Amino acid sequence: MFRLLASTGITSLLIFYCFGEVSAQDAQPSDDEVNTIAKQLYCPVCENVPLDVCGTKACAQWRDDISDKLADGWNEEQIKQYFSDRYGIRVLAHPPTQGFNMLFWLLPPVSIIIAWFLVLRTNHNIFRKKHMYKQSIAKQVRAEEYIGQLENDLEQWR
Amino acid sequence: MTQTTLRNTSPKLDKERIPRMFWGKLLVWGLFTALMLLLGIKLYQTTLGPVSRGTAPDFTLTTFGGDSYTLSDHKGQLIVINFWASWCGPCELEADALEQAWRQYRNHGVMFLGINYVDTENEALAYLKKWGVTYPNGPDIRTSISQDYRIKGVPETYIIAQDGTIAGTVIGPIEYNNLTNALDLLLNQ
Amino acid sequence: MLALLCAIYAATVSLSVARSDRLKWVDSARNAAIAVWPLLTFACFCMTYLLINERFEIEYVARVSSHAMPWYLKATALWGGQAGSLLFWAWLMSTYTALVMLRNWHNERDMQPFVIASTMTTLAFFIGLNVFVENPFTKLWIDQSGHIQASFLAPPGAKPFVPNDGQGLNPLLRHPGMIIHPPMLYLGFVGFVVPYSFAIAALAIGRTDNLWIRVTRRWTLIAWLFLSLGLLLGSRWAYDVLGWGGYWGWDPVEIAAFMPWLTGTAFLHSVMIQEKLGMFKRWNMILIILTYALVIFGTFLTRSGVLSSVHAFALSAIGPLFFVFIGITFTISLTLLFKGWNRLDSENILTSWLSREGLFLLNNLLFMGILLACFWGVIYPIISELVTGQKVTVGPPFYERTTGPQFAALLLLMGIAPLTAWRVTTARRLGKIIWKPTVFSLIFPVYALTTGTTNAVALLSLWLAAFVLCVTLYEFYRGASARRKATGGNLLSSLWNMIARNRRRYGGYVIHLGVIFMAVGIIGIEMFQAETQGTLAYGEQINIENYVMIYNKIEEFDTEDNRRVTRAIVSVYKDDKFVAELYPRRDFYVDSQQPMTIPGLYSTLEGDFYVLLVDWKPIGTESATFKIYLNPLMNWLWFGGFIFILGTLVAAWPNRGPSLYRQSTSLSVNPPDIVL
Repeated sequence: MFRLLASTGITSLLIFYCFGEVSAQDAQPSDDEVNTIAKQLYCPVCENVPLDVCGTKACAQWRDDISDKLADGWNEEQIKQYFSDRYGIRVLAHPPTQGFNMLFWLLPPVSIIIAWFLVLRTNHNIFRKKHMYKQSIAKQVRAEEYIGQLENDLEQWR
Repeated sequence: MTQTTLRNTSPKLDKERIPRMFWGKLLVWGLFTALMLLLGIKLYQTTLGPVSRGTAPDFTLTTFGGDSYTLSDHKGQLIVINFWASWCGPCELEADALEQAWRQYRNHGVMFLGINYVDTENEALAYLKKWGVTYPNGPDIRTSISQDYRIKGVPETYIIAQDGTIAGTVIGPIEYNNLTNALDLLLNQ
Repeated sequence: MLALLCAIYAATVSLSVARSDRLKWVDSARNAAIAVWPLLTFACFCMTYLLINERFEIEYVARVSSHAMPWYLKATALWGGQAGSLLFWAWLMSTYTALVMLRNWHNERDMQPFVIASTMTTLAFFIGLNVFVENPFTKLWIDQSGHIQASFLAPPGAKPFVPNDGQGLNPLLRHPGMIIHPPMLYLGFVGFVVPYSFAIAALAIGRTDNLWIRVTRRWTLIAWLFLSLGLLLGSRWAYDVLGWGGYWGWDPVEIAAFMPWLTGTAFLHSVMIQEKLGMFKRWNMILIILTYALVIFGTFLTRSGVLSSVHAFALSAIGPLFFVFIGITFTISLTLLFKGWNRLDSENILTSWLSREGLFLLNNLLFMGILLACFWGVIYPIISELVTGQKVTVGPPFYERTTGPQFAALLLLMGIAPLTAWRVTTARRLGKIIWKPTVFSLIFPVYALTTGTTNAVALLSLWLAAFVLCVTLYEFYRGASARRKATGGNLLSSLWNMIARNRRRYGGYVIHLGVIFMAVGIIGIEMFQAETQGTLAYGEQINIENYVMIYNKIEEFDTEDNRRVTRAIVSVYKDDKFVAELYPRRDFYVDSQQPMTIPGLYSTLEGDFYVLLVDWKPIGTESATFKIYLNPLMNWLWFGGFIFILGTLVAAWPNRGPSLYRQSTSLSVNPPDIVL
């Protein structure tokens, strides 16, 4: 069942892709199509400004470049790869997951897990204490019974 | 009567705690020191201007035409490196001067290299055609050359002496006379 | 000149204080601290006077002001540039410290010297920066060779130089939001110096009780109020003026201001536990130290040139000075903290995760987790550049992925925690109270599902928001109806009285309500934003979802404050009905040669229709390019923000008559003491 769905999905994607490619080759891509990709890239010169809102002449040229590449049939992945190869990985919205940059992605989740673990460990005495709590309640109850008994006996002996 | 209190009783607290505390403190101080070092170095770097003395950082430039030039291969020659971009207005003010100087000095063994800073190929080639530039020009892939030279913007020109050290730095458009004077001075040494 | 005097004053004050037990010295120090304020006020007043009167021979005036600016903008240019904003910061800090000094000190005599030392050292640092490095009163001189320099005293042989006109304030800063955003932020940042100083004082003299918290409780709340307000206003300003259809860009400078807010909020919650049960003492120390450190660190990042962004100030020499200051203060804070670590034992222990203090511990952990993500995102580009030589950008995707789930968990906590009791709550008891709001809240996501929303994350977030809304309202209802049963009267008056008597608690709930609405707004815009861009000629139209926009006309004119305005007139139709005429425009400021794009905005409760004139393409009758953003539920964010501020005011409102707070302090004596 799942396989049927998957293959249907893939087939329809392929058809879509072919048709999509044909139409892209005919006309200049719309601003929206360019912006979809430009949104995910950052201006190589001005720091921290996404490519779709940057107003400089340079950014306009880059958007035109994206437009031309889309018209030539490049897909999103290829365009992003081209940009990062040519201008450096800083044009991407986040460091790619390779090499030294693995540290970037791993450190937050790992640190957070370690922190939670440490805090839980420091407070694991909750469970021990509950047990001890129950034990001392039991002790107290027994002690009180014993004292009660003693007092009864003392009463009798008076 | 015995008294039991369920307060913070952990008799092994002190013995266990001390080594843990030590490592904890060490970690915190260590991280803090690392952070300070990091920021300190970064601060220091922001105060450094463009490279202005010492050995010129080496690089390999692949031109638009496909040729490859490595800086260190040209040791012994006087080299003029110019950072430019097609979207940079002031660059156009010096484009002609540079081309004229190239034509005049190429026979004296002076090498001109134009480094195209974050530009699109079509626009760059159009710019070169517009100004009739004939010396080798290539894109600065991944801005590695610009970063090595710590450029603050475009245009910038660096003159490298025959021994491979930086002889002069010009931030902004360079004037024809200044360039030729500097080259003359260095050639006659 | 005046600034110099102030600096010397404040410096001598802080030096003369130290550990002395001699009351007379401490009193003199206190008086000196109070005296800093009028001096700084005078300095600010002079600066403002110079700005309004266009005295361009003062370098700062020439840089941030110009002839054509209206007078109120000239006045606010006080904080438009580096030097002036530092002066303004120092003045605000001195206002806080003077107020602190003026209070009655009987119970806190032992902490007083350290509080004075701590606040005054910080203040002296900032004033010192102003005097020695970025002096706003430097004048322009022209020397014999025709060079123009700026310095405080006349260079030899130079004459005063008076430019004809100034450069003018950066156009981005000329918006009403920008007029109050910096003061609010500064008030927030600077306000945290007070609780921090008290905390340090408590550590320094070895106190382990809650006095410092009780004394500074209102200060913390006010500082937090201003910081939240500043952040909100900043987002509104970005939305209105920066022209990218959003309100928060995860820009490093925005994050630098956000981080102290995170620790501040955690601190605000966590101190309640210390007051009630004497627990979390170490957490509270850590949190307030971090808040103060992050404030200074944030200022350092913004002003030192280590980061570059739209927000950052120009490069200057104060970077290294800040660096040293951070190093020294954090080292002192850490040392004091570690020395007193063992003393700060909790008076009680955690007995159940489902208790209020257990959940607050999770709360602290979550806030710290979000802080870690933000900090890492800001620091990593610096690390990467140093280690690999490659520059990287850390953009919204990282922040959204790492902080999103944690914020969602916080929302969940906001819903559960009010219903838990101190010390212990069994799951069964919680279940009994919580099932009603939970079931009721399910209505909302189901409704959303039926109207076509299928995004699972959106539905979950919506449910969480609805859940907290129901729980909070339920709390109001429960409290009010209990009160009504006890004292009679109608529900409404019970509600009013209940809130008035328990301002802190119910103010807090109102703030939570505000957060819910803001969350709804954020969900709307983050998950369902639509955009489109197109080039139109006169009369052409562009469609987006169920809206149609027609380009009618273009106008171009000059204004009095020296702008060239290009204005487009467009008509907006929704579901084929005319709804608004909008005027997206581009302003070109002739003085500073900078363009600004102002959107045309049509706001309803359902969302915003936000249209920009894209100014890097030709604008004329044949073609003008427009970019349209549809931001659903956007106004819930601002509305929620308003409720948020309202709630904070309720919580901070001073009590009339004898304070009931003093009675509700530590219950640290009662729990499990089993005596045989």
